Amino acid sequence: MLPYIINKSIFNMPNLFKIKPSVGLLSLPYSLVFIFFFFIPLVLTFVISFWDYNEYSIIPDLILENYRYIFENCFSFENDMCVTFKTYLSTFMFCLITWFFTLIIGFFVAYFLAFYVNSLTWQIALFLLCTIPFWTSNVIRMISWIPLLGRNGLVNDFFLSTGLTSTPQEWLLYSGFSVVLAFVHLYTLFMIVPIFNSMMRIDKSIIEAAYDSGANGFQILWNIIIPLCKPGIVIGSIFVITVVMGDFITIGIMGGQQIPSIGKIIYVEMSYLQLPAAAANAVILLFLTLLIIWIMTKMIDIRKEL
Amino acid sequence: MFSKKNNTYYICVFFFALFVLFLYGPTFTIILLSFQGPDGGLTFPLNGISTYWFEELWRGGSVVDIGSAFKRSIILGIIVMILTVVLSVAAGLAFRKKFWGSNVLFFTTVASLIVPSIVLSLGVALQFRLIDDLTKWIGSSLDISWVNDSFQTSLGMYSSGLGAQLTWTLPFGLLIMFAVFNRFDKSYEEAARDLGATPWKTFKEIVLPLIAPSIIGIALFGFTLSYDELARSSQVMGSGNTLPLELRGLTTTVTTPIIYALGTVTTFVSFTVIAISVGFYLFLKRKKGI
Repeated sequence: MLPYIINKSIFNMPNLFKIKPSVGLLSLPYSLVFIFFFFIPLVLTFVISFWDYNEYSIIPDLILENYRYIFENCFSFENDMCVTFKTYLSTFMFCLITWFFTLIIGFFVAYFLAFYVNSLTWQIALFLLCTIPFWTSNVIRMISWIPLLGRNGLVNDFFLSTGLTSTPQEWLLYSGFSVVLAFVHLYTLFMIVPIFNSMMRIDKSIIEAAYDSGANGFQILWNIIIPLCKPGIVIGSIFVITVVMGDFITIGIMGGQQIPSIGKIIYVEMSYLQLPAAAANAVILLFLTLLIIWIMTKMIDIRKEL
Repeated sequence: MFSKKNNTYYICVFFFALFVLFLYGPTFTIILLSFQGPDGGLTFPLNGISTYWFEELWRGGSVVDIGSAFKRSIILGIIVMILTVVLSVAAGLAFRKKFWGSNVLFFTTVASLIVPSIVLSLGVALQFRLIDDLTKWIGSSLDISWVNDSFQTSLGMYSSGLGAQLTWTLPFGLLIMFAVFNRFDKSYEEAARDLGATPWKTFKEIVLPLIAPSIIGIALFGFTLSYDELARSSQVMGSGNTLPLELRGLTTTVTTPIIYALGTVTTFVSFTVIAISVGFYLFLKRKKGI
């Protein structure tokens, strides 16, 4: 043993005199961006949520007033539900409905791309076709629903001309419906990509084996494809749910500035310079979002999925 | 099983076609409506066909200073693109081996993608507000004249705005690098090293050409995500608004097709960038024959 160690260290001697910078250092600039623009801002948000404020400035302090204000009247059962709970309930509903539709649509688009398109070139081309809108402006994609859903829009024209309804339908635009529609329109891609990725990893011979053993299409889908796609489904769900949780732009534009959301409360409080109050709301929103993600990641190991 | 002759196949094709229509249909309606005559409104029917609203947009029309917002967005997009490519390729190389803090950095990257944008925007705004207060305090206590006379705020497009956008674009860059290196054949690199190439030379001559097509992908993400970014930068752009921020303001005030004309122009810019990137990607792939 000893001669071996000596031998090894002699052969390694030149390395001892060479100072070799670690490759890990290459990640330093990347890390610095996240320390300065991600980590510190989030810590400051947490700290400032305990500060006091007046019209002009924020005052260092350690008070719970900002949190108390958020939950005012929330725990007395004589009144109606408080504004905060109502807002969260409405946000959760948007999450759930959007999650449902993006999952169904995203799954079947990915299913088609992964299993029915045989040539790799076509697969890439069609996948790109789904991705391109992600690289264009969200605001434009939202307002592009106006000519279709508005009071004099194409859908109402169709309803009126076929006699389905006698008056223009107002619920089509600037409503919960149009908000969900826009979410599905904007974020289904977040489901397609990870689910498609999972599906591409499925060994086709497993499916063939099942088919040869007499499983029908539905059994294969339910017992093989869906369980093997679980990681992709979870990742997609995390993306869709978190993006809806914190949204204030889509709900603002598509809801006609009438529908409340947590993001919007934070936004409004910021515009009135009530920064510590906004920070307290942000802390609660972040906590709930992380809680949801934590529950979902219990199911998979994200790092293996890349 | 997945034969092209059964009904399921046709249902899937139909479903996919509907989805594509759903994705692109609305955008094409506004492109169509932006070419209306001067009497045009926000909905159908088309009132004549002209380029009136584009001319109106070009003149500045009734709208705020779109020209400079457009210029700002393009410049910021290019800066974000370059930084995203350089920083995420470097970090991607580092991640090929475990290093001190690599796990924390990985989870930070994922966390940055899923943290609500408004929370991040608020955090960065708070940070820069504290920096401002601190600068003013130092300025007055040390009697530094330029701070006392001319310092307003450190918040701005190229400080807080740039940083906030990077927290959105960099994770995409790094995740693309992960995907690239997971499928990367190390034998070329080892061969170069065995033949005596230095690490830098190995990177420049072997690794870089092999990952070049993916770098185009990262650049595409960097530019387009910055060019259209709205939620994260909404609170931290300072005085100069970017195009998406102006657009959002316009949705509540403008009632003429000029907003569609603007939409057509920015969509055209995005499509051009995408087309150039895809073309460049295919060119690099073909050149290397891989």
